[in-house]
Amino acid sequence: MRLTDQEKAMADGRDGPGIQKAMDLLLRYGEALGAERLVETRNVCSMFTASMPFQRDYAIRQGSMDAMLSEFNLDSQETVEIPPFRAFTSQLQIGFDSAHAPSLGVGEEMMRFYRRSEVHMAGLGAQLMNTCTPYQVGNVPTRGEHCAWMESSAVIYCNSVLGARTNTEGRESTSAAALTARIPYWGYHLDENRYATDVIELDVDVDSTEDWGILGYYVGEQVLERVPALTRRHGTIRTPNLARLKHFGAAASSSGGVEMYHIVGVTPEALTLEQALGRRAPQRTFRYGEAERRATYERINSTAGSHDIQFVMLGCPHYTIEQIWEAAMLLQGRKVHDNCALWIFTPRTIKALADLNGYTRIIEDAGGVLMSDTCSAVSRMIPPGTRAVALDSAKQAHYLPAAVGVQAWFGSTAQCIDAACTGQWRGALQ
Amino acid sequence: MSGAIASDNTAARQTLTLRGRKVVGGVAEGEALVTRQHISGWGGVDPRTGTIIETRHELRGVSFAGKVLVFPGAKGSSGWSSTFHTARLMGMAPAAMLYNETTAKAALGAVVTHAPTVTDFDLDPLQHIETGDWVRVDADRGVVEVVRRAT
Repeated sequence: MRLTDQEKAMADGRDGPGIQKAMDLLLRYGEALGAERLVETRNVCSMFTASMPFQRDYAIRQGSMDAMLSEFNLDSQETVEIPPFRAFTSQLQIGFDSAHAPSLGVGEEMMRFYRRSEVHMAGLGAQLMNTCTPYQVGNVPTRGEHCAWMESSAVIYCNSVLGARTNTEGRESTSAAALTARIPYWGYHLDENRYATDVIELDVDVDSTEDWGILGYYVGEQVLERVPALTRRHGTIRTPNLARLKHFGAAASSSGGVEMYHIVGVTPEALTLEQALGRRAPQRTFRYGEAERRATYERINSTAGSHDIQFVMLGCPHYTIEQIWEAAMLLQGRKVHDNCALWIFTPRTIKALADLNGYTRIIEDAGGVLMSDTCSAVSRMIPPGTRAVALDSAKQAHYLPAAVGVQAWFGSTAQCIDAACTGQWRGALQ
Repeated sequence: MSGAIASDNTAARQTLTLRGRKVVGGVAEGEALVTRQHISGWGGVDPRTGTIIETRHELRGVSFAGKVLVFPGAKGSSGWSSTFHTARLMGMAPAAMLYNETTAKAALGAVVTHAPTVTDFDLDPLQHIETGDWVRVDADRGVVEVVRRAT
């Protein structure tokens, strides 16, 4: 790779061994990609704080946070001192909600270690947003901004909705980016890779958040890691809001590896279909109609069987304040069934707003819990005795059965709240 | 010649050579584990055993530990690299990896797994390698030698 004088100096150790190891990782990674150079970034989303037992045990065994960070964040088997970050860096979701540690089964030793790592990372400059949706709580990149983000649902939102530029980075590459303010100039950083390759022609109205989730799951299955452009066969697409695009992107990056999409007339690089395609012909065209919608719904629900529900989990990706409001209104005056638990996940700062608005009280009075920082698939924490869970996220329905061995029903938020209050799944595709 | 099928008379077994681009250097050999389905790292693999756990994946329940993993590419969560990184620390990494589609997930995953890895082949490994074949990967030279499983 071609390096600038600054980059060569970092790679040669001018700025210390931590920066040198970060550059070493970026150079190995850039070569693996076939990248020709690095690009400067001032916006990183990564994972540093140690909220998993394996990392805690590693840090304790090796004797320091730096040892854990050297291995897990920089792929360095030699322990180096990790210096303060050079790029603005947001901490993504973590392994539990420290405010609900006892009910999540998190022990005191783990909590003590986590607190230590939290203080350590904030000291280095990590913004402790603790969410998979940093774009909800103060990290909103501008169009064209070069970023180094991980978390597939955030990456696809960053590229597609905001028009900023990132690949689906990992823990190691984003950590190296935080320390060096560099990331390989490759993939979605370049104009030519951002154009649509495939066209999805919608032949059915897509309106509810549930519908956008189903469509996302279908699109991911069809285009895998290619770039789709969505267009309405007749008429125009009703403009989806943040929650709908959050669910759509999360689903498309779970069933497939979609990192970038266009919605003609909605997303910033798709004023027209021709612009989205870069004036090229699409490689493939898919028609999404009622039959595709129903078949996709059945596949998302393929693990489901029992109609007895012990757990309802909402907030994948982390709920918006609008979604919390909706859930609170659906719950008002009702009670969560004795045989069922209801957990809703949102970023900490949005939970503070929900507290202020009185939504937390409504949810708690009904017997539900509003949590932050994590979700069940990430934490692998579910209420004891759960056999079947109800979800309004196609992404969570994709991952949770494999992660914790439960059946999952997917449906609308209203159907999930109904399941929480009756202990029964009565949902069906409308 | 690249891609030519040669006959090894002494063993009476077919060998085949594929050529590609080095992703991660090194030399390793082992039994092939081939899937035509993309692999999900985090949420699709249990790094403690190297076992594929994704619901409806054709390799569900199968471990890639010590195998030459042949797959089209990576999909899903950005925890791909962390999962393979952890599998290496657990001693459950693949011996080598061969994939077709370069993505940030697959490339970074290969780097932190420290497994010799090759991509951009002259012949599609998914068409020419079967599970159970013996595969020798010289990633530094970009050469993959395949000895067919005795049938």
